[in-house]
Amino acid sequence: MIPSSFDYHRPASVDEALGLLQEHGDDAKLLAGGHSLLPAMKLRLSAPGHLIDIGALGDLNYIKEDGDHLAIGATTTHYQIESSDLVQAKASVLAQAAAVIGDPQVRNVGTIGGSIAHADPAADYPAALLAADATIQLKGPDGERSIDAVDFFIDLYLTSLQADEIITEVRLPAQASGRGGVYLKFPHPASRFAVVGVAAVVSVDGGSCSNVRVAFNGVANAAFRDSAVENALNGQTADAISAAGDLAADSAEILSDNFAGEDYRKHLAKVYAKRALVQAVQAAQ
Amino acid sequence: MGDIIGQSVKRVEDKRFTTGKGRFTDDIVLPRMTFACILLSPHAHALIKNIDLSAAKAAPGVVAAFVGKDLQNAGIVGLPVGWQVDFKNGDQMKEPAHPVLAVDKVRYVGDGVAVVIAETKEQARDAADLVDIDYEVLDAVVDVVKATQDGAPQLFDDVPNNKPFDWGLGDAEAADAAIANASHVTTLNIINQRLIPNAIEPRVTIGDYDEARDKYTLYTSSQNPHVIRLLLSAFVLNLPEHKVRVVSPDVGGGFGSKIFHYAEEALVVWCAKQINRPVKWTAERSDSFLTDAHGRDHATKAELAIDGEGNITGLRVTTHANMGAYLSTFAPCVPTYLYGTLLQGLYTTPAVYVDVTAAFSNTTPVDAYRGAGRPEATYVLERLMDTAARELGMDPAEFRLKNFIPPFDGVEQPGYETQVALVYDSGNYHAVLNKVLQMADYENLRKEQEEGRKNGRYIGIGFSTYIEACGIAPSAVVGSLGARAGLFESAGVRVQPTGKVSVFVGSHAHGQGHETTFSQVVADRLGIPIADIDIVHGDTDIVPFGMGTYGSRSLAVGGTAIVKSLDKVVEKATQIAAHLLEAAEEDLEFSDGQWTVKGTDQSVAFADVALTAYVPHNYPEGLEPGLDFTSFYDPVNFTFPFGAHIAVVSVDPDTGQVKLERYFGVDDVGNVVNPMIVDGQLHGGITQGVGQALLEGAIYDDNGQLTTGSYMDYALPRADDVPFFELGREVTPCPHNPLGVKGAGEAGTIGATPAVINAVIDALQPFGVKDIDMPATPQRVWQAIQAAS
Repeated sequence: MIPSSFDYHRPASVDEALGLLQEHGDDAKLLAGGHSLLPAMKLRLSAPGHLIDIGALGDLNYIKEDGDHLAIGATTTHYQIESSDLVQAKASVLAQAAAVIGDPQVRNVGTIGGSIAHADPAADYPAALLAADATIQLKGPDGERSIDAVDFFIDLYLTSLQADEIITEVRLPAQASGRGGVYLKFPHPASRFAVVGVAAVVSVDGGSCSNVRVAFNGVANAAFRDSAVENALNGQTADAISAAGDLAADSAEILSDNFAGEDYRKHLAKVYAKRALVQAVQAAQ
Repeated sequence: MGDIIGQSVKRVEDKRFTTGKGRFTDDIVLPRMTFACILLSPHAHALIKNIDLSAAKAAPGVVAAFVGKDLQNAGIVGLPVGWQVDFKNGDQMKEPAHPVLAVDKVRYVGDGVAVVIAETKEQARDAADLVDIDYEVLDAVVDVVKATQDGAPQLFDDVPNNKPFDWGLGDAEAADAAIANASHVTTLNIINQRLIPNAIEPRVTIGDYDEARDKYTLYTSSQNPHVIRLLLSAFVLNLPEHKVRVVSPDVGGGFGSKIFHYAEEALVVWCAKQINRPVKWTAERSDSFLTDAHGRDHATKAELAIDGEGNITGLRVTTHANMGAYLSTFAPCVPTYLYGTLLQGLYTTPAVYVDVTAAFSNTTPVDAYRGAGRPEATYVLERLMDTAARELGMDPAEFRLKNFIPPFDGVEQPGYETQVALVYDSGNYHAVLNKVLQMADYENLRKEQEEGRKNGRYIGIGFSTYIEACGIAPSAVVGSLGARAGLFESAGVRVQPTGKVSVFVGSHAHGQGHETTFSQVVADRLGIPIADIDIVHGDTDIVPFGMGTYGSRSLAVGGTAIVKSLDKVVEKATQIAAHLLEAAEEDLEFSDGQWTVKGTDQSVAFADVALTAYVPHNYPEGLEPGLDFTSFYDPVNFTFPFGAHIAVVSVDPDTGQVKLERYFGVDDVGNVVNPMIVDGQLHGGITQGVGQALLEGAIYDDNGQLTTGSYMDYALPRADDVPFFELGREVTPCPHNPLGVKGAGEAGTIGATPAVINAVIDALQPFGVKDIDMPATPQRVWQAIQAAS
């Protein structure tokens, strides 16, 4: 559990951090909560020469309303998100995902920016962000850009974040009334990461479901939205949930390990899709 | 017995442990101490072609680096085995060398190949990355059955088919006949999966050499300091035993894994002498997964013969036991004398035969793990019992009650002689089962189960009625069975001049609460407060001798050694008291810490007698001063705790997820000194047993890589995996030790595993599931449902 030696930097601003990233290039890693990076370093799976600690940057730690959006700073901790009245009211699916990450110690330190930058396929945020139509704000040497969550998560531990960029904010449209969101996960009994995590957000109007969003963690190399399930439920009543759920993960390339092989994991995705949709419809009403 | 025996006295240890004041081996810092990093083989089976230490030796802060050949050149052969089990045909057990660091060949991922010693642990770790090792990788074998087949990779040239020994016990012909003549035979093929012990404190060793006194000290997180001293000095490093001191301070759990003599203990002592500086090695958790001796790993076929009336008439068991890559210290006795001897269980089975084949494989060595052989035996037997009852259409409780050995107290009625070499001391098996049935409101549970099934709720009820052999063990008996050690215990009671008492015990504590329980025994006998008693353990220069803590033996064997010393203290103190009171000894009575002349108000207090023993001015003529006795106790028999457990689970058929809803147990561990500590042992033990049933399991891939080498993949039970335990107790005292105690450290683990699996299978009856392997993970349960329906 002894990492290789490294230099430690503690910039006072995002711009200073960007400068350090430029200066040290591939040999540098951003550190926020450290709950993904430090274990990898202790096992010497990762050995950066420079750590740039942005965890203490106060101007990245906030949860606020910005017009009809919710804006969450990148170094906001999982605990701040799960316990925020604002997030619970305006993006319940995200609050629920934050609440089932790791354990209280992890949630008190780990950050949303760090988690999504790491892009562990079994992490809890990505599906919730997909289902909530989130966008991610990035800042780099050429200024800021905004990217939809759907385009952000690319593959196993791979995002569209560039090496010289920093995640500054996660933005979500505030959940309209008549819309319900739920995150459910089947945790691995050892790691408590998602074997299957499903985020479901639904609007219900006069018994009819619309604007359905269903996304999965843990099932494939990257979190994905499942349009087959969504399409099967859009415009239908809750009676269609069972048939819609049966379509879950059919087009995905399914992860497999000792604990959950391909068949079982796909089956779990269907079971959990149905359960999450039933609860989301209830929450919407 | 006085007031303090049987009280839930709060643990005197807990203040230091809960306030961070425990002193563990890693807390010890010696002047000029260096730090060792041991390189472990990344291959399961490979020839070592070359090791180049030059870059590592040149790295910053490096003091020295050594390889296996350096130790070999110093005449060090390797680690010894403490138990010899010869082949059935009389051939001697094959005991290939187990070098401290591998020489020429590595045999499992985790086999030590080199050590780098530096001024700091960071420097040692960095330099270890610079060691260049050239391996020629060989095919590996990890499965115990495959290892014994022709054509399997061979770990040792002189151990054909990887078999170090085989073994049989019981009457094979009688068991064969019973099975041939049975009206029903229940057959199960059972895998008892490999477990990783996971003590909370990883192993730590510090070697120190004092040139001035030519004396060696080993600090080690061990359950067994005196035996480590003996093995280290006389069998590994060839050092004079009186010049070796072994200290095991506070130890953070072991579950058996810290009984054994490990390579790192010998290595740091040898290295300390080479560089004339202390050397510390601290395992990382990843090292613990790879190098702490693992547990279980059996593949078994078991057949139970039953007549037309539901009476068990015979049992035949064939087991392959995985030894891993080398024979660990007590490995040979675990799947033999601690396993086969327990296959009688609580039943009157008239014919029992067990056949065991041990095999080497390219895996971490396997040795005793909480229960050691007895959980494996109980799992086989209790799985058979619930399965047979189901096949016969009998209630599993009724089937057991019908086949139980009748009650016997070991005093009025003799002990029960089994078909497999044991004589049970005392037992009342009907009592524990009847009581747990009542506690669980069994009839109602069955009704709930039936109702639930109508509503898509699948509840299962599983039984386990176990017996275990504890209080290990009569030396002459185990000696005749191949043990190379005695299994007595020793304890010294030193009354200090002020009447305070120091007790020196060979039973090392690593979480059992000895300091409390032993203090209660002493306080009760001497009539002094617990605050006046100090329990000292874990230092071979201070404690006279000890055989260590394992096999639920500390109170039954170590406690009895304390009682023997207390007897001697009281006998001598009574002589002094009689002198002070100018009365005859037989006219005195000793209670509540004072001697009183019967029928008078003349008395003398314990502290006054103690002071007189050390200031012997007015003193019995011819009597030696002092009040200090050491005793050794060799038990006359094992002790045999037993119990009946019922697990209630629910299964979600959509996901295969099992939830342990309720857990009932009635255990009879003989007399109980501290009920809270016994309950704590049972709670922890049951949780560990649940862990094996539902969560834990080491998995090697075909190349011998451990794929469950961290807490990301290896699932230990957590508080939310278990319900509140509903426990009761029966007391059938042990007839052959003065405290009447039997031991409680392993009972929960032994009882829980089969109860939980039996409950899972019971829950799945509507789907027609007949069997499931451990751990019963959601995927396995779901697959079993799919396969059956």
